[in-house]
Amino acid sequence: MKYRAPISVEESVALLTSYPGAQVFAGATDLIPQIQGGRPEPSIAVDLKRIPETCLLESRNGNWRVGAAVPAARLTAHPGLRAAFPGLIEGTGLIGSDQIQGRATLGGNLCNASPAADSVPALVALDAEAVIVGPAGERSIPVSDVVTGPGATSLEQAEFITQIHIPTPVRGTSDAYQRFIPRTEMDIAVVGAAARIRLDDQGRCQQATLILGAVAPTVVQVETASELLRGREIPERPGGDPLWKELGEAATAACNPIDDKRGTVEFRRRVAAVLACRTVATAARRAKETL
Amino acid sequence: MSRTHVNCVVNGDPVDFLCYDYQTLLTVLRDELGMTGTKEGCGTGDCGACSVILDGQLVCSCLVFAPEAEGRHIETIEGLADGRRLHPLQQSFLEGAAFQCGVCTPGFLMAAKALLDHNPSPTETEARYGVAGNLCRCTGYDKIVRSILDGAALIRERHTQKETT
Repeated sequence: MKYRAPISVEESVALLTSYPGAQVFAGATDLIPQIQGGRPEPSIAVDLKRIPETCLLESRNGNWRVGAAVPAARLTAHPGLRAAFPGLIEGTGLIGSDQIQGRATLGGNLCNASPAADSVPALVALDAEAVIVGPAGERSIPVSDVVTGPGATSLEQAEFITQIHIPTPVRGTSDAYQRFIPRTEMDIAVVGAAARIRLDDQGRCQQATLILGAVAPTVVQVETASELLRGREIPERPGGDPLWKELGEAATAACNPIDDKRGTVEFRRRVAAVLACRTVATAARRAKETL
Repeated sequence: MSRTHVNCVVNGDPVDFLCYDYQTLLTVLRDELGMTGTKEGCGTGDCGACSVILDGQLVCSCLVFAPEAEGRHIETIEGLADGRRLHPLQQSFLEGAAFQCGVCTPGFLMAAKALLDHNPSPTETEARYGVAGNLCRCTGYDKIVRSILDGAALIRERHTQKETT
């Protein structure tokens, strides 16, 4: 295996085009364990951390631009990002230990394409776009179109993600992410749920996006959530209101989970209902604070 | 296959080494530079035994390709003591009996140092999260956590002494 650290997007694409079996990486927190686990080494590992575009982190023209190689520790420490997307920061901050946080990136979490990736449900809920470069130039697609199945993405040969663009939230909007794991730290989501809620000036729900992780081959959207919540005043906490039962049932119905060592199908369906309600309530509470 | 020449700074000293591109920073530290204080546990980023500080950021050196070190600053356990004077964390780990077999200790010390560099007065919960990426099969963690808090107090004490003298 060769290692190269190109300093421009063009140089990276040229390397990826001329070496079949090349692999881009940033934090290497998935790549190295995969090689250790027996996956064949790439012919060349292309380090994206010396390219200005992939290391950028800025808010411009109504968009947050997050370089695909920016480590989680830099994102979770950023006051502007924390304020704009508390749910995305919750998800990002849950990825591994401090050691992993110093290396792991949104680009890697997305392209590793684990169904349980903690940052992806929030990115999808936030209508984030992935900026992709390759031999044919640059294109942008919704983050929800990047992952096509466990370990699989829609990226073409020699393409990679340079940035993730997230629209700046309008007034009355906020997000939340929660996951279930059987311990308090250092584990992989059994179920994850991200919600983004937009309230009108009266505090009633105008728009709701609810995304579940780890309950299907890719993240799934609970399509009926917006319909259920629109026009409603969302109670502070899940409880007696029949709204929560309906929302929980909608979340359960959207799941298409598997049985594995982390949880059964039945357990995942039930936990999805609980987390759906909790994240919606949290996102709504945060959204109210921005009014 | 030819080897890559890498220049970096380790514990404040300029260092250069030759490495194969597939090597990790961990194997270079241990096998090329003879700095065997950094330990290999799992080799996959789960146990934290190989923790070092790379440009101010705690990382698992087993998850860093050696050529990535070009131009970077690396802190390892060998740089923690000031000559023969132990770092306050080393002192508190000794006094608090925060290790038994000792294999995880360099990783815990580097994780604890990284924590205190950012947060000089951590709560017990913060200290526990700060070393959540480090595994110890001997101590049951309580002595480690207490020693981190004691080490933090010792550092703060030394700072106050410096300011008053």
